[in-house]
Amino acid sequence: MKRKILAYPYIFVWLPIFVIVPMLFIAYYAFFDNGHFTLEFVKNLSDSMYWSVIARSAWMAVLATIICLIIGFPVAYMLSNMKKSVATMLSIFYILPMWMNALLRTYAWKVLLADGGLLSSLLGLFGIHAKLLYTQGAVLLGTVYNFLPFMIMPIYTTLMKLDRSHLEAARDLGANGVQTFFKVVLPLSVPGVISGVTMVLVPSMSTFAISKLLGGSNYALLGDLIEQKFMLSSTGYGMGSVLSLILLILVLISTAIMRRVEKDNGTEGGTLW
Amino acid sequence: MENKRLIELVNVTKDYDGDIALENINLYIRDGEFLTLLGPSGCGKTTLLRLIAGFIMPSSGQIIMDGKDLTAIPPYKRRVNTVFQKYALFPHLNVYDNIAFGLNIKKLPKAVIKEKVTEMLAMVNLSGFENRYIEQLSGGQQQRVAIARALVNEPEVLLLDEPLGALDLKLRKGMQIELKRMQQKLGITFVYVTHDQEEALTMSDTIVVMNHGVIQQIGTPVDVYNEPKNQFVAKFIGESNIFPSSVMVRDFLVRINGIEYECVDKGFGNNKAVDVVIRPEDVDFISPDKAKLVGAVKSVLFMGVHYEFTVDCSGVMWKVHSTDYVEPGTVVGIEILPDAIHVMKAQKAEEEVELTEEELMERDLVREDAE
Repeated sequence: MKRKILAYPYIFVWLPIFVIVPMLFIAYYAFFDNGHFTLEFVKNLSDSMYWSVIARSAWMAVLATIICLIIGFPVAYMLSNMKKSVATMLSIFYILPMWMNALLRTYAWKVLLADGGLLSSLLGLFGIHAKLLYTQGAVLLGTVYNFLPFMIMPIYTTLMKLDRSHLEAARDLGANGVQTFFKVVLPLSVPGVISGVTMVLVPSMSTFAISKLLGGSNYALLGDLIEQKFMLSSTGYGMGSVLSLILLILVLISTAIMRRVEKDNGTEGGTLW
Repeated sequence: MENKRLIELVNVTKDYDGDIALENINLYIRDGEFLTLLGPSGCGKTTLLRLIAGFIMPSSGQIIMDGKDLTAIPPYKRRVNTVFQKYALFPHLNVYDNIAFGLNIKKLPKAVIKEKVTEMLAMVNLSGFENRYIEQLSGGQQQRVAIARALVNEPEVLLLDEPLGALDLKLRKGMQIELKRMQQKLGITFVYVTHDQEEALTMSDTIVVMNHGVIQQIGTPVDVYNEPKNQFVAKFIGESNIFPSSVMVRDFLVRINGIEYECVDKGFGNNKAVDVVIRPEDVDFISPDKAKLVGAVKSVLFMGVHYEFTVDCSGVMWKVHSTDYVEPGTVVGIEILPDAIHVMKAQKAEEEVELTEEELMERDLVREDAE
């Protein structure tokens, strides 16, 4: 019981100073201008430019998440079926890039994708001349590349914890390999999928460095916009705060959806996060 | 019980990279019988069950079911279902869908599935539990769902892998009776794996005693208990006094620790070395002056129904079970009637079976649970 005391500094110092107060500041900047309550900033949202960025951010995040899932699930499934030692080694290769700074990794892609860079030269050999850098595809690639490990690891962990006897039971009850996968493996890995989706969706919705480096100014996302507002003008605090709140709402909605899916699946608990 | 041989294992051997799990198993399972594979952990009984289920393949030998070689047939095509040790119920499905799993795979009409599942739920006394999830059930209820999930597929053989291991004593006793009742009612062949000798004795038609991947004895519970084939079986099933260096003087006369006793065994030849087993409950205390064998009570253990005495007969310890209490230190006579003596072929020194400490511990643990 005494150990509860150890949590006090976090609850009474950290939480107010670094979580609650900043949130209040954001809310304040969004609705007050020089100490006067105003809806001016919120009204600015009628500018369709904002909505196209918000829509693009949401769409890119969803797309990146889906691609991560499509690549990540089979990888995690294969890893979970390998010999433990081999799987551990391979999964280190997947995690290895995460030990490097994300900006560094994204810069590397910039070099690879640039006109006259390695990839465009390679494609040139085959007679394909395409603009790679500063496209929506480049932003997507960068996002998927950066967040893929966050999809693979939770799914892999869930699949590893999967009780082999459940698979045997399915086989025993007449299910062939495919049926076993769809009726047992897939439903039982939902907690891992939900963790993975959450861990990819949320950061890719708010990312800004990736889109800035690989998308240039053409494919700015919500994160870039917020950065711009705060960085470029001291009067941008209000709009930046409103956009931050929009982002917060988007994250809350997606988290709520995840919770809902998880609950409907009847597998509460057992998730990684 | 019919006499038709439903499953036959011919020279089945299973090894894992040279580690022999099962050695040259020859066994047939009759249609409709309750057969128990009994032995200490690591004796190969579960491996044998998994071979029949099809989860693993024999290294050599054949498994024949209904005259057909099963070896190449995958588990999902065998008319065999398994009740797993820890039930392996699907946590993402409710009770109804767990039981209906096999029928859904077979794509039976919904109405038929509903009827069968409902009927099965009634049989295992779980009517009304359709919509519960597995984690909301007690161990005993999960056990019933596991049995229902297997039986609803109407298998020819039901394989049960220590299904009662996780239940407490009272529940276990109840389920033993229930399982036996279901088996008799449905007429399905049960192959039951356990290390609990008492469970095996109560439920089985046939017991297969195994050790180190080798079948030690196949017989009815009464056979296996009363006529153990070797020291291992005698030690593993029930309590026993074993005297390895005894001599069969002639038919119906055996010498144990220098004293000759009349017995009911014959055919071992004259003056042949034999092993003798005497069950502690088969001997009685009588007054010392009337007895061939006299000793002093060394210790007494209260076992519930009876007392277990250790009697020191000039250095040889005898285990005696009696319901009458005798003070430690009392000098008693031990009466050994002819039919209490069971003579077995002597096991050669290198064959001599010693229960390892671990095996003894496990056996004792099981017994402690049971008492």
